[in-house]
Amino acid sequence: MIPEAEFEHVLAKKYMRTEIMPHAFCPGCGLGIIERMILMAFEELGQEEWDRTVFVSGIGCSGWTPLYFRRDAAHTLHGRALAFATALKASRPDLNVVVVMGDGDSMGIGGNHLIHAARRNIGITAIIATNMLYSLTGGQMSPTTPEGARTNTTPYGNIEPNFDLMELLKAAGATYLARWTTYHFIQAKNSIKKAVKHKGFAAIEIVFQCPTYAGRYILNRPDPRDMLQWFKENSIPLGVAKNKSPEELKGKIIVGEYLHRTDRKEYTERLRELEERAKGKGR
Amino acid sequence: MYVEPGTHLMQGDEAIVEGALIAGCRFFAGYPITPATEIAERMSRRMPQVGGVFMQMEDELASIMAIIGASWAGRKSMTATSGPGYSLMQEGLGYAIITETPVVIVDVQRGGPSTGLVTLPSQGDVMQARWGSHGDYATIALAPSSAQDMFDLAIKAFNLAETYRNPVIILADEVIAHVREPVKVPPHEEIEIVERRKPTVPPEEYIPYLPDRGEWVAPMPAFGEGYNVLVESVMHDEFGHRIGTDHVAAERTIKRIYYKIEKNVEKIAMYEEKYMDDAEIAVVAYGSTARTALRAVREARNQGIKAGLIRLITLWPFYDRLIEEAANQVRAIVVPEMNMGKIVREVDRASKGQAKVISVPKVGGVLHHPDEILAAIRSAVR
Repeated sequence: MIPEAEFEHVLAKKYMRTEIMPHAFCPGCGLGIIERMILMAFEELGQEEWDRTVFVSGIGCSGWTPLYFRRDAAHTLHGRALAFATALKASRPDLNVVVVMGDGDSMGIGGNHLIHAARRNIGITAIIATNMLYSLTGGQMSPTTPEGARTNTTPYGNIEPNFDLMELLKAAGATYLARWTTYHFIQAKNSIKKAVKHKGFAAIEIVFQCPTYAGRYILNRPDPRDMLQWFKENSIPLGVAKNKSPEELKGKIIVGEYLHRTDRKEYTERLRELEERAKGKGR
Repeated sequence: MYVEPGTHLMQGDEAIVEGALIAGCRFFAGYPITPATEIAERMSRRMPQVGGVFMQMEDELASIMAIIGASWAGRKSMTATSGPGYSLMQEGLGYAIITETPVVIVDVQRGGPSTGLVTLPSQGDVMQARWGSHGDYATIALAPSSAQDMFDLAIKAFNLAETYRNPVIILADEVIAHVREPVKVPPHEEIEIVERRKPTVPPEEYIPYLPDRGEWVAPMPAFGEGYNVLVESVMHDEFGHRIGTDHVAAERTIKRIYYKIEKNVEKIAMYEEKYMDDAEIAVVAYGSTARTALRAVREARNQGIKAGLIRLITLWPFYDRLIEEAANQVRAIVVPEMNMGKIVREVDRASKGQAKVISVPKVGGVLHHPDEILAAIRSAVR
């Protein structure tokens, strides 16, 4: 084991493109925590899993996250990471394909690809980093911005209800689902490990702190430590939430492992079966 | 596995599939759209038989991103669409260009704008093929005129895509896609296939966007081969690292991806000349219009007019010298197109005022009548 005090540094040296660091994230940004969750997950999964893992991301702050890892990585277009990743997985089912997207990236501009990746149940690990607004463009309303919140495009308060990613993907056909916040480091890391090993479409939503915009505009907590504290105080475990009324759950983040199904066949397995059927038939 | 050598009666949309498979295409992603649907349908049947993957995607935005993803997985890949889908693909096309990803995109042109003339032919997308995505880049576009061309150019398109690490567009149209005619398939071993150049250096020495000496593009490894590639849509340097405000590095990248196509125009350009040796009037045409144009040229010859035909097979990069030399030879150049007059602008520019350039536009979803082109030829004689 690596001594705890040196962990971050050692992880960086082992797994990251240190030549392009320091990274571009704002001070206090939660994406660094998500990077570390991913790397810790792979540190525990072992070298063999890491060696067959590739990364795909979209555009937005979150899109930068996996580009710092010393692995094959594609920084695609806004919303289109899953389309690229789907073909990658279909072409190379032996690879672990991990996709990192933001909330606007995955549920806004890329919403169609998200539901269809879940419907296909293709063996991709989608890590969806939710910060409740568009940050790279300077703090505008996203599909996860709470109702009433003021952002740079909702100066009179947001009138749109927000997506519940877990319910959306459950209905669409995903087979592993979990939601955590950057406060829930160990739980999120464990979910990433499970998702990587899972055969099927796995999505983990990680609510993370954006002190620069969400902290100032939505939570009135510009200090990242205060945001983490808010995540701690306002998260409710799934089991506890079941016994609470919708009023009691308003504005809360319900965390936990939402779904782990094994009854739906993974897409690339079906592809392989299809190929065998087609070859049997000839031209 | 492949269509047998010999002559087969084939539809254009079928011929292009068989050509693509022989070229080594092993991934197809698409979305149903008239009049390109037959390509996806045949691919869905044929692709798994040769060990490839066919995917029907949720839209064309996904289709083009999927073929780019498959290309980085090491597979030659293709999509096929028509106008509305091709418009959606412009964002992915830009991604393929900046990441230097070889892919083949078939646009079976139908009448536009918008949903337009769904089942009728057009050549309205020829400028979109050159300029459709934002920013500065160069592109390769080929225009088939027959089912035979659909077969041959499919192979050629994959070869060019691999050679220049660039998307190649096949600009077919409804007539060529649906025409059924004999297609000659040569013995497979006689067909030239360009395979992807892979890096020979160890991963720690590999620089993903730095061409080897004397080359325009770098060798391209696939994901999962240990090269830790960065496929970067943001403006990047030779290492794939984004360069922020380094305008010198940005200029270097943009100019290389532009000139790797434009400076190789003589190698990329394909064309066919008929009756041009003593021609005094040239007809410059492409795609299905070239068939009508040939009939008009022959009729003009019957009437004692020395007309000739230049059929452009490569539309982009535009081969200026070919037109300039023709302009120096003939009195007039007639350019019939199934649009309001698009390539005629290039012909006019390249002819440098040495010949009169006459546009013969045709819109509404129907081929020219040979008499319309003949009338233009006759008007040039007067």
